[in-house]
Amino acid sequence: MSEKLKVSGGTALSEEDIRSGKIFVTEDSLNCAYAWDTGVAINRYLAELKQGRIIATECRKCKRVMLPPRLFCELCFIPCNTWRHVKDTGTINTFSICHVHWDASRIKEGEDPHLPAVIEIDGASEGMGIMHILGEVEPEKIKIGMKVQAVWKPETERTGSINDIKYFKPL
Amino acid sequence: MSKRVAIVGIGCSGFRTTSTDLSYREMIFEAATKCYEDAGGIHPQSIDSFVASSEDFMEGISIADEYVPDQLGAVLKPVQSIAGDSLQGLASALMQIKTGQQSIVATSAFSKVSNLSHYEKVAAYATDPAYIRPLKEHPYFIAGLEMNRYLFDSCSTREQCARVVVKNRYNAFLNPRAVYGAKITLEDVICAEPVSAPLGQFDISGHLDGAIVLLLASEEKALEMTDKPIWIKGIGWATDTPNLDSRSEGLGSAHYAKLAAEKAYKMAGIKSPVKEIDFAEIDDTFSYKELQHLEALQMCGFGEAGKLLEMGCFEPGGDLPVNVSGGSLGIGYLHEANGLQRVLETALQLRGEAGKIQLTGVETGLAFAWRGIPTATGTAVVLSNRL
Repeated sequence: MSEKLKVSGGTALSEEDIRSGKIFVTEDSLNCAYAWDTGVAINRYLAELKQGRIIATECRKCKRVMLPPRLFCELCFIPCNTWRHVKDTGTINTFSICHVHWDASRIKEGEDPHLPAVIEIDGASEGMGIMHILGEVEPEKIKIGMKVQAVWKPETERTGSINDIKYFKPL
Repeated sequence: MSKRVAIVGIGCSGFRTTSTDLSYREMIFEAATKCYEDAGGIHPQSIDSFVASSEDFMEGISIADEYVPDQLGAVLKPVQSIAGDSLQGLASALMQIKTGQQSIVATSAFSKVSNLSHYEKVAAYATDPAYIRPLKEHPYFIAGLEMNRYLFDSCSTREQCARVVVKNRYNAFLNPRAVYGAKITLEDVICAEPVSAPLGQFDISGHLDGAIVLLLASEEKALEMTDKPIWIKGIGWATDTPNLDSRSEGLGSAHYAKLAAEKAYKMAGIKSPVKEIDFAEIDDTFSYKELQHLEALQMCGFGEAGKLLEMGCFEPGGDLPVNVSGGSLGIGYLHEANGLQRVLETALQLRGEAGKIQLTGVETGLAFAWRGIPTATGTAVVLSNRL
C-alpha cells in the first residue's frame, strides 16, 4: 500500500490483542478421524510392499501394466484381474530438488533438500511409475533418465505402506 | 432451450452399512458399469461430460475433482464437481444438455460414511463458528427445534411422526436396496431413547454406504439408446437463509421445499400437483420431515399430512404412495447421494422395474431431496415415463 494513503478509519489489531483475548477469539478443532477402505487393488499393493515386492495389474485389452494396481482400466473401462509382479528398479521420469518442507517451512542450513521423483518402474508400461523420493545421491548429479533401485526397510520394520521403500538410489 | 432430457441409464452399488471390501473407486466403478450397461452398453468414451456431487469433509479429502474421473471413465473428459446434494448435480447435468453443449452426461454420487468417525462434527462445522458452534450442541438439536416448532405450527402429533417411521421401515422389507427394514410399532418409536426431544433415536435415519450413477441424454439420443426413457419434466431448487433463528416462515416450515417444488411444477407444466403426481419419493431424513415436506411440496394442505397418513393415503396402496422404497428411514441415509437415490427409486417405478415394491399404472413421480442439517436447501424433480 502506498505510504501516501492514510488509514481512513477502524482500529488496527495487533497479534497481542488476539493472544491476550482483548478481542473475540474462538478456537475449535475438527477432530475427525477417517478410516479409508483401501479396497481390493490398493490392499494387495500394500500387502506386497510389506513383502518387499511391487505388484501391478494388467489390462487384457490395452495391455498396459498399471501402477499403482487397479481393479479396472480407466481407459478401456473393463475389470482387470491379471496381477503382475514388476521389478523394484526403474528410470527417473522427472524429479525436483525441494527446499521447503511439506508445511512450506524452508529447510535449515546444512539440511539435505528433499528429492521427490517419479520413477518409471521396470516391467510396468511406459509412463507408469511410482511417485517416491531419491536418496544416496548428490542432488546435482540426478538426471532424468537415470536408472534407480528401491532401498527397502528391513522386513521387520515394514508395515504395508509406500514408505516400506525408504527411497530409490542410483544403480 | 427446448431440448427434452431423459434418464437412460441407472446403476448402483453398495447399499450396505459398511463396505470395507471395496474402495470408493471400486464401488463407483461397479455402479458406473451397471449404469452404462443399463443404457445399452455405452462406453464412457461416448459420454460427453460428467458431474459428481460430494462434500469434502465427509470423505476426508479436499479438491474433490481429483477423486472423480477414473472410476467413471471420465479421464480426459469435461468433469464438474458439485459441493451439494446430488440432485443439484443432476440439475447441472440437465442444464449441460438443455443448453445444447452436451448430448450425453453422466452424474454420480456416493457415500462412504462408514469411513468417518464423527459425522456430527462435520455437521457441526456447517454452523456458524461465532454464534452457533460455541454453544456446543450436538447438531441434531436443530432437528429437535424444527420438529417441535413444526408440531406446534401444524398441530401434527408425535404419534403421526412415529407412524412415518413405522410405514417406511416396513416398506423397506420388500426393497432389496434397503438395509433398515423392520416391523416396529408406534410404541417402539415413541418410547425409544430421546436424542433431542421430541426427536428420538428411531426418528433418525441410519447411515449407509453406496454409489449411484445415472446417465442423462437429449431426446434424440435417448430414443436411440433405450426403449424406457424416463423424462425429466421439471426441476427446481432453493436455499433459505442459514440463520436458524430467522428462517422464512420459521423453523417449523420447509419454505425451501415449497419454492423448489413451485419451480419444478412450473417447468413440468403441472398445475395441480395432487392430481397430476402419482407417487413421491421425498426426504425423510427425520420422521417429521416427511410430513413437513409433503405439505411444502403441495401434496396436501398445511397440517393435513399427519391425518392423511393415519388414513393410509401414503401407504403403497393409498391415493399418494410416499416412500414406497422405504425412504431414508428404511433404506438408509446416503448423505450427498440421497438425491440420486430418490431419483433412482422413482425412475425404477416409472420403468416398471421396481420388483416387489412396484406400483401399478404410475406415469408421473416426484423426487425431493433436502441437504440435511443444518441446511435449508432442497431440490425437487418431476419425472415421467410419458414424453
